[in-house]
Formats: sequence, structure tokens, C-alpha cells
Amino acid sequence: MSLSICILLVTALFILFISFSKEAWSGNIALGAVIINAGISSWVAVNAVLGHSYIEIIHGGPVFGEIPIRIDALSGWFILMMNFTVLTGILYGRRYMKQYENKSGMIPLHFVCFIINHASMIGIFAIQNSLAFLYDWEIMALSTFIMVIFEYKKPETLRAAVNFLIQSHICILLLTIGLIWISSHTGSYDFNTITAYSASVSPLISLTLYLCFFIGFAIKAGFVPFHTWLPYAHPVAPAHVSGVMSGVMIKLGIFGILRMLLLVNQNYLTIGYIILTISIISGVYGVVLAIIQHNLKKLLAYHSIENIGIIGIGIGIGAIGIGIKNPYLAFAGFAGALLHVLNHSLFKSLLFYGAGTVYQAIHTLNIDSMGGLIKKMPHTAFLFLVSAMAICGLPPFNGFVSEFLIYLGLFEGVHSGSLSITTFCILCIAGLALIGGLALLCFTKAFGIIFLGEARSQFDNDIKEAEKSKLFPGYLIVIFIIFIGLFPQLILKLLTNPVSLFTSGLKDGFPAVMIGNNLRSISLVTWAFILAIALIATIKRFVLRNKKEVITPTWACGYVAPNSKMQYTASSYVRSYRKLIRPFLLMNKKEGDIKGVFSSPIHSETHPYDKIEAAFVDFPLKIMNKIMARVRFIQNGNMRYYILYGVIFIFIIMIISLLSGIAAYLFNLIKQM
Amino acid sequence: MAGLVFILIIITSFFFLGIVIRTKSIFSGRKGPGIFQPMKDIWRLLRKENVYSQTTSFIFKIAPDIYFASVLIAIMLIPFGNQKGIFSFDGDFVFFAYILAVGKFFSIIGALDTGSSFEGMGASREALYSFLAEPAFFILMGSLALLTGYSSFADIFSGIQFGSYISYAIGILASFVLVLIAMIENSRMPVDDPKTHLELTMIHEVMVLDNSGFDLGLILHATNLKFAMYGALIANFFLTPGREWYYSIPIFIGVQALFAVVVGTLESFIARFRMNHNPQFIFTISSISLLIFFAVLLILGKYF
Repeated sequence: MSLSICILLVTALFILFISFSKEAWSGNIALGAVIINAGISSWVAVNAVLGHSYIEIIHGGPVFGEIPIRIDALSGWFILMMNFTVLTGILYGRRYMKQYENKSGMIPLHFVCFIINHASMIGIFAIQNSLAFLYDWEIMALSTFIMVIFEYKKPETLRAAVNFLIQSHICILLLTIGLIWISSHTGSYDFNTITAYSASVSPLISLTLYLCFFIGFAIKAGFVPFHTWLPYAHPVAPAHVSGVMSGVMIKLGIFGILRMLLLVNQNYLTIGYIILTISIISGVYGVVLAIIQHNLKKLLAYHSIENIGIIGIGIGIGAIGIGIKNPYLAFAGFAGALLHVLNHSLFKSLLFYGAGTVYQAIHTLNIDSMGGLIKKMPHTAFLFLVSAMAICGLPPFNGFVSEFLIYLGLFEGVHSGSLSITTFCILCIAGLALIGGLALLCFTKAFGIIFLGEARSQFDNDIKEAEKSKLFPGYLIVIFIIFIGLFPQLILKLLTNPVSLFTSGLKDGFPAVMIGNNLRSISLVTWAFILAIALIATIKRFVLRNKKEVITPTWACGYVAPNSKMQYTASSYVRSYRKLIRPFLLMNKKEGDIKGVFSSPIHSETHPYDKIEAAFVDFPLKIMNKIMARVRFIQNGNMRYYILYGVIFIFIIMIISLLSGIAAYLFNLIKQM
Repeated sequence: MAGLVFILIIITSFFFLGIVIRTKSIFSGRKGPGIFQPMKDIWRLLRKENVYSQTTSFIFKIAPDIYFASVLIAIMLIPFGNQKGIFSFDGDFVFFAYILAVGKFFSIIGALDTGSSFEGMGASREALYSFLAEPAFFILMGSLALLTGYSSFADIFSGIQFGSYISYAIGILASFVLVLIAMIENSRMPVDDPKTHLELTMIHEVMVLDNSGFDLGLILHATNLKFAMYGALIANFFLTPGREWYYSIPIFIGVQALFAVVVGTLESFIARFRMNHNPQFIFTISSISLLIFFAVLLILGKYF
């Protein structure tokens, strides 16, 4: 039986199971479906990554024509990455949704959408027929939408979800334009015709075509300035959905950009510059805004933008490498980007699961009211710490490895190209270093304020550690995070085939070995680091073995009655930073004045807002609203008017056809004369 | 022989801060302590027991260990003239910066772990200033990579030594940047005053208010090691070509001593900046690194 039929059958069957079973069971059934689908597709994908592509052709009737299913190494890599995160997502989600049981009755629908979403994502990585691809993309977008509006009774959820729906359809619109443009010229929906077509037209047209795809996919991926849906949709979705969305779904955009880079024949150097510029802006802007967020999930959402930027830098460097025919540059860039895709899916989903666990324990996402959770929830805190360090790109975890590969590419680019490439690379290096430093500021804030110190506010319920089955997927992810961090050279072997799709035009093999040796040294130093920590801890224990540990209150510099309200909050922690970057921010601040000698309580609120959103989304919308207000009288809700419009429309059509007939007659007449 | 520079740095770290303090005392007309006094203090601390705050968790206990280990590993990456460090590979300075960041990450969350508002303040400043200093280091290393065509510490430094006299000019500019980065990273003047007595004006000192005994000893000696490490980096610009150890070791020690005297002199004659002027100062370093980058471009004739 073929792969596609298998997956369709499994999906349909399990959807039936869910609809005929109890609500409490739907999570487990969905888990079954995900395991089977992931198992089947992973088998194919592993083979693809190891070099044996999978090809299958479905006959889609007169509408679709032949639908080729091609899983090459690139698709395989993304499918593997996606399957793992979706699996941990459902493992976590089925426990996460327990709290909502018997309340809304939406849970079965939610899990049905989860299965459909998974299947449709496998499809997106595999289908290479334009029309089928667009259909599949739409299914993916709609099922995500339904998952996001799970808590549809909250107004902000609804608003965010509608925002998501609209923006994902702008994305689909652009993809449709691009794909239909090609198929109208070639008469075929097969992706392979894109290469031939783009080679036959002028470079300017193929560049425009690529940009059309690029912007479409960039909306999905969340590149600045197309990112505005992301910080709304992530916080309102249930934690496992935000984990999957941030870990996997935005990577669909990255996949699209990479796929089109392979298919559309264009000037790689120009594209490289464009991608690099957008990526560096996304990376820095994402983290700059992430730091000032008070909402934990929104903070993580802005970090997704940052990480997409880092992935983009890798892709840009890789494209430039192909452009100037430098295999080392191309290899390091693409390998770094692909590895970062995997790494980000690991630690970002883990961070979102952590945020979900915290949310279910204290029912708020406001960082400023948290504190001291490490004593109540040590496992969650540990998982959050590991993923926070990984996302900052710190050794010995996986984030460092991919960023290191990108750095290698950048430093190679510094001394192997023209002046413009050198300058670009130096700017990227400075940008990447800045991103690293800012991420450190952000996650010391997030981890330090949420989990350390004393609780900053009182909660009615007592805070408990999450149950084991909810922690299990987290530890599963941590194993991979640490494994990639400690043995990066092994993971590089898996990357060789996907990367060589891009670099096949150049003579490669040689950089892979060199970079492999480099990563082996990284692994060695990382082990040395762990050893050094162990050594120092042992010495410390030995020296202190006979000494008593003294426990006292925190030293408050002589003040004897400190309370938890006096601790640094997230806002105060980033205050000096906020003042420093004020030109880039929009802070809405509400503050009352202190009145009277013995002042009454006053409130101060700050709401960070996105300046790019204000300029690129809100401002145009405002103008559009103004213009639309002029013609609003047309839509007055009166049925009789609408019938009148219909009649006028038909009348105009008839007049036009009549007039065109007359015009043609007159034209002929003039011709005859 | 790869371990030679490691041992040299460790040795230097024992008297580095002593020289700084001695210089300061001479400038202020005091007799001052001997140059091993800071080490004696640390030795005394290492034999004392730890006092922990009841607010803290395991983070506070492991933070000093990880901080110290990160500095040790960073030192292992430093080369000695032509000779590689214990670890050497392409892009090792990236690892160098990131491993130091691990230590910083833990010292920051260790400070936040105490729940003290003073330590939160110090942590906030430390995080801010270190992220501002990061691009300067990377631009500097990028320029050197461009100049020499290599991308590891050892190759870059050997490439520079065999170059023309212009590379010495760049060496001086680069060491200027490195001195300033070292001052920021070690929380010395003019960014931070280790001898201030008001917690509100401290950065690093206030972060370690609650550390005591062995832990405090580790943290203090990590600072010494960091100084010696940056000193070694600077010394690498001026080591002689070839492998004559009887030249390079005295040069190394001399540069380290000179660096310590410079630090002491700077601290004697410069007042600490106001907190809100620090970012501007740190931006200046980034622009000097950019200047080095442009100088390298000029040397290589890439403008034409």
C-alpha cells in the first residue's frame, strides 16, 4: 500500500474513533493516530535523509492531474523534525486538556483537528503538485485555526485567531498567485516545471516570482515585517498547540523558502542578500521586543521571530555561498540553518510546554506576579532552565551547535568574498552576537523572575508539580537537546544529504569532513567543561565535608524587614535596557499621580506595543477604514437595495457586451474603409 | 607544551590583582599590601564554610562552580604565540565567548535566586553591559579573521606576528579594545567600582552579596583568572615569531604586568561613570572595533 493512502486511511479511521468514543479517550486515540502516522512517515523520511528518496504518483483525476509525492532528503529532514515535536505535543496535550474535560465539549473536535493538522503537514512536505499543495496548505491553516480558538469564549482568543486566519490567507493568496502564474504558463501543476519555466524567463521575472513565494512563506515563518500574527496567536492557543505552532508550523514557511530556492532558477547572490537583510532585522527585532514582554507566552512568541531570523541568516549565507561558488560557506550556512530548524523545534516546544505547566499551576501568564516556583515545581524549573540555556545558544546544549555552524559560515564569508560580502558578514556577526547577548538578558529575566526568589503574589490554590506523564515529553526532548549538544558530529552526518541537495552544483564533501572535525573538537571541549564542573563540585564537597551549612535569611544590607514585594520584578530587571532602546519601542504607559500627604495606592501599567505593527498594519488599516467609510452607505443592510445592485450589475454587463459588439462592428467598418 | 600557556595564566592570576592594588596604593601615596594579599584573602575564604540564604535553591549552590569552570575552559582555548592552546579549532573564539556567557548566565540567575532587590539590580546591570560588549569582541575577531584569513585564535595570532609593522598598529588598537572589554567583563573602573561602599552603585559586587566562604573564594579567583586571560590575549599580539620560549615567556609576563599597571593607573585617575553613561561608553568600544575593521579593509585594499 502506498504511503499517502496509508496516512489518509489512518487519519480517517482515527477521526471516526474519536467521534464515537468518550471525551476522556479522545486524547489517547489522537496519540495512537499520531504514533502510527509518524511511524509510517518517519520510516520513509529516514530513508530519504540517508539518501533513498521516495517517489509515488497519485492520479488525481481531471482537476488535479497527476499528483507526485516526492520525499527527498530535505522533506525527510523536515518530516522527522515535525513528527517528533507533534509526538511530544500530543503526549503533553492529552494531559494538558484534562483540565478542560466536561466543560466545553470541544475536546474531541480539538484532537480531530490535531490529527488532521499532522497529516496535512506531512502532505505539505511531500506533495509536489501546485493545486494539491494549496489545498493541503489550506487544510493545515484551517485546522490550526480551530485548534487556536479552543478557548473561544475569551474575546482576545477570538481576536487573535481571526487575525491569524486573515494573515494565513494573505499567505495562501501569494502562494496561489505564484503557483497559478507558473502553471498557466507551463500547463502543468508539477513542481518540477517551475525550474524549467524560471530558467526560460528573464532574471527579473524569476526574481519577482521567487519574491512572491518568499513573502508568502515569510508570513507563515514570521519574518519581520510579516510577523504580526505570531505574537497574538501563540499566547492564546493551548500550550501544546503553541508548542507545535512555534516549533513546527512556522517551519513550514522555512521549508517553502528552501524548496523554492531549489526549484526557482535565479541569481543566488541577490536572493542571499535579500534573505540575509530580512533575517538580521527579524533576529534583532524579535529579541529586542521579546525582552520587554510581560506575558510569558508572548515573550516566547517574539523569540520565535528571533530564531526564524537566525535560521534565515543561515539560509542567506548558504545562498551567497552557492552564488560565489564557495562550498564551505554554502555547507556551513545550510547545515546551520537546517540544524537550527531542528534545534528550535526542540527547545521552543519545551519552553511552551513549560509555560503551559506554569499557567495551569497558577492561572496567569504575567511574569511579574510569578516567583519562587523552583521550590514547588523543581522538574518544570529544570526543564525550563535547560531549554532557556539552549535557546540562548549556550554550550553544552544544542542551540550552540547550530549557531556555531552559522558563525563558521560567516567568518569564512568575511575573508572569501568581495567587499560587500565581507561587510554583510561582519554586520551579521555583530548582529548574531547582539542577538546572543540579548537572548541572555531575556532568559535570565524569564527564568530568574518566574522560578527564583520568593513568590511575588499570593495564589488561592496550592501550587503542585505537574504529574509525571506531563513531564515525560519534556524529558524526552531534553535527551535530544543534550545529545545534539554533546555529540554534534553525529548529527552532522544526517545533515549531509539534505545539504548536498543545495550544494550539489559545487564540489563538496571536503567541507563536510572539515566541519565534522571542528564539531568533534566542540564535543571534546564541551565534555571538558562538564568534567571541570564535576571536578570543582567534588573539590568543594571534599573541602566542606566537615563544615556545617549555615542557613540564614537573605542579606538585605541591614534592613530587617524585607518582603517579597521588594524583589526585583521583570519590569525593573529590564528597566535600564528599556530606557536604552526607547526609540525602537512603543510603550503605552498608564500611571496615576500620587495625591495627599499619606498617599493612597496608585496603579502603574505598561503595555509594550509593536512599532512595526503600528506602521505596517495598523496605519494602513486606519486609512483603509477612512476610505471605506465613504462608501459604507452602499452596504446598508436593506434587502431591496441589494436586489437593486444586482439588477444594476446585470444591466451594466449587458450594456458592456452590447457596446463591445457595436464597437467591434464600427471597428470593422473603419477597417473596410 | 600546549599546557604551558594554561599554567602561565594560572600563575599570573595569582599576582595580577596584587599588582593592580599595589599600583593604586603607590599612586595614592599609601604603603599598601603585598602583591599576594588578594590570594591570601581568597585562600582564607576557601577554608570557610558556606552560608546560604533560605530563599535560595540548588541554582545558587552550583552557580559559582559553573562560573569558575567556564573561565577555566575559556583559558584553555588561549594560544601562546605560535603554539596552540589546549583546545584549538576553527571558530574557537566563538566558543570562548559563549562559554564565558554560560558562566555569566549562572552568576546572574544565582544572584536572582536570593530574591534580594540589590542583587537583582546588580544582575540586571551585568546582563545589560555584557550584551553591549559582545558585538565589540566579535567585530574585533572578525576583523582579525579578515586580516589574516584564518578563523581560530592560534592561526590568527601566528598570522599577525609574521605580518608587517601595520599589524602591530592593529595589535595596539586591538589591545586597547581588549583592555576596555576586560574592564567591563571584570566590572572594574570606569564601568564599575569594586571599592564602592554603596550597594546602589555596584554591579558585580552587589551580585555576590550573599555568596560566602568557598563560593565567594571561587568567584573572586575567577575574576583574577579572567584578568590574566585577557592579559594573555593581549600578550599574544606582541609575542615574538618562532618558538624561542626564553623570549616569549618574559614578554608574556611583562605584558601581563604592564596590563595590571595600566588597570591600576586607570583606576587611580578615572572616576566611575554614572550608570546611565555606561552604555554610551560601551558603544564607543564597538565603534573602535568597527574602526579596526575599516583599517583592515584599507590595508587589504578591498575598497578598490
